Amino acid sequence: MKKGQKTGARALVKALESAGVEYIFGYPGGATLPIYDELAHSSIKHILARHEQGAAHMADGYARASGKVGVCMATSGPGATNLVTGIATAYMDSSPVVAITGQVATSMIGNDAFQEVDTTGITIPITKHNYLIKNASDIPAIVEEAFYIASTGRKGPVLIDIPKDVQQELFYSHQSRKINLEGYKPTLKGHPGQIRRAVQLIKNAKKPLIIAGGGVVISDASEELIALIKKASIPVIHTLMGKSAVPNNHELFFGMLGYHGRVAANTAVNEADLIIAAGVRFVDRTTGPLKTFARQAKIIHIDIDPAEISKNIPAFLPIVGDAKNILSQILKTIPEIKHDEWIKYLQSVAAKHPLKAKLSGVTTPNIIRILKEITENPVVVTDVGKHQMFAVHYFPVETAHSFLTSGGLGTMGFSVPAAIGAKVAVKNRQVVDIAGDGSFLMTCQQLATAVQYNIPILVLVMNDYCLGMIHQLQDVSYGKRYQACDLDKIVDHAKLAESLGACGIRVTEEQEIAPAISEGLSNGKPTVIDFILEEKSNAYPMVTGKSLLEYIE
Amino acid sequence: MKHTISILCDDIPGVMTRISGLFSRRGFNIESLTVGHTEIPDKSRFTIVVKGDDTVLEQVRKQLQKLIHVLKVRDIKRSLAVEREHALIKIRVNEEQRGEILQIITAVQARIVDSADNMWILEVTGNSIHIDNAFNLFRSYEILESIRTGKIALERGEPGSVK
Ligand SMILES: Cc1ncc(C[n+]2csc(CCOP(=O)(O)OP(=O)(O)O)c2C)c(N)n1
Repeated sequence: MKKGQKTGARALVKALESAGVEYIFGYPGGATLPIYDELAHSSIKHILARHEQGAAHMADGYARASGKVGVCMATSGPGATNLVTGIATAYMDSSPVVAITGQVATSMIGNDAFQEVDTTGITIPITKHNYLIKNASDIPAIVEEAFYIASTGRKGPVLIDIPKDVQQELFYSHQSRKINLEGYKPTLKGHPGQIRRAVQLIKNAKKPLIIAGGGVVISDASEELIALIKKASIPVIHTLMGKSAVPNNHELFFGMLGYHGRVAANTAVNEADLIIAAGVRFVDRTTGPLKTFARQAKIIHIDIDPAEISKNIPAFLPIVGDAKNILSQILKTIPEIKHDEWIKYLQSVAAKHPLKAKLSGVTTPNIIRILKEITENPVVVTDVGKHQMFAVHYFPVETAHSFLTSGGLGTMGFSVPAAIGAKVAVKNRQVVDIAGDGSFLMTCQQLATAVQYNIPILVLVMNDYCLGMIHQLQDVSYGKRYQACDLDKIVDHAKLAESLGACGIRVTEEQEIAPAISEGLSNGKPTVIDFILEEKSNAYPMVTGKSLLEYIE
Repeated sequence: MKHTISILCDDIPGVMTRISGLFSRRGFNIESLTVGHTEIPDKSRFTIVVKGDDTVLEQVRKQLQKLIHVLKVRDIKRSLAVEREHALIKIRVNEEQRGEILQIITAVQARIVDSADNMWILEVTGNSIHIDNAFNLFRSYEILESIRTGKIALERGEPGSVK
């Protein structure tokens, strides 16, 4: 190597360091070994996952909990394809992740070489952008671009595929190109005219309502939103992704809307004359049947992605830009308003329709209730299924970035690795994973990673020996013809945890719940509590009809 | 409804996949697609004809705009643009039909660019309606093979002045 020269791998590691990367969640292979060789001399810590899907979810969990870019890495071929579910999960929830993959040498690309797949081809639909690097001298600029793209505008995953020979290629720094993002100009500031119009609409509204989506959390707009709802006394409801946008014990908070939404929230949507939807994409699970959604309301749609405006629901007044920025502009000019009657009405609906699950015994809602009492504003991570909906309704969160869940893709297996990533990002907070037994089994091997690096997460397995949500759907919509949802009484999750080096606790009695959780929170070890549930209770409310107001509760 | 979209983008490998993939992924139907170099080095221009109502068009435009390599997306209004398409038509020419075919060639301003063994290759240029007409007229004879380039289009006047 001549003076002033470096390899592509070295340039990559240097560029990652300059981007402020502290952790890489990864899994090695032949096509990434030159990078690993360089990582040995770096300040960046590598966390060895136990499957690449887990590495991607860890990076995603890290990003969701901290707002910083999470980084994952995998080898070519199967390493890259294993990342796919994790990348798609991050994509659907606009989470800033940079994924690095090794690729076969450029001379072999297209020959079906050993462990070759078209990684960039496969990931085009699930990344915000991706790169196949052909020259080592492009690496510094591309890494900088990738971090910029991932973390600005509507955030999302960016993948960088680097052939092995490019990792080994030598180049001089002066050969590097400049970054070039001519075609990328996210709109951040809301149009002042639109903001003025929004203020006018809010002033004139009798029954205004805010729907807070994931965008509010991602743009750190909670403070502005809380101030706005107070000043203009606007009730607020949320989507699955927006749960942590506003403290859930706020007097103007009416819970989640949608398919598994609270009756008060869905009633509010139905009767509001003005809806301010912030960082919401109106997915079908949120709106129910489009024809009957919010018939009385004019909709102000605030989103950073212009393509979300009027994609599913026509916006009366679109405002494209960053939610934090726009909400603070609205807040500045909005006068103090009162909507006492409207709020009282919603409070009466809420009082008439309380949650009805059993809050005693070894049931998911009761466990979650007790968890809330024992924990101190933890980061709650959920998996996908009934327990996820119970977590939404029964665990009131306090601050933003405190409820991490796979909303868009609904990826079972998300929670254990995402909790690991989250705990790495926010070491001083409790991180509690609420999982179903089916979901847990999808990625539980990642616990070995938590043990290896001493990442003390607490995993609560809601064990009904069943794919509960499937059971519920077959119960409600398929005439109780239960198929392929019985997991049988096979796995002892506590023993499984112990075999992975974690602490395992089995709970079968109500009085054991609190002590087990306290133990798990204080023992300083990754801990799994296997809660043997006493019943298969369904997660309600659940919309069953042609509008959000036809439901079972 | 058909819409013509003009896209200015970086001329790099894979950009075609990104653009055409976006159409199929989001369920937008491409009628025709052409791409070529432009006056700007390293930039290509796509002209894509897409079927759908105004909402579809709006989504297409916004989704395209999100691609990092896409610099400009314009919805081209027929009245404000010049549109051209090119077609090659290989036709069997029997002695007795020769005269009629020659008349049609003159009428549609086609040219004979190749002739061999009673087969001519004709070229026609014009807007899409013109090409449709040419095909309609030649259809009474034996068309052996044919190909249309798909539409290319440029807005009239100062670039970007059409709102
Ligand atoms: C990867 C993946 N496969 C399948 C599904 C479909 N699915 C949604 S919920 C569910 C059952 C979840 O069961 P469990 O984790 O035990 O949670 P529970 O519903 O019992 O709380 C299934 C199979 C999914 N969301 N993700």
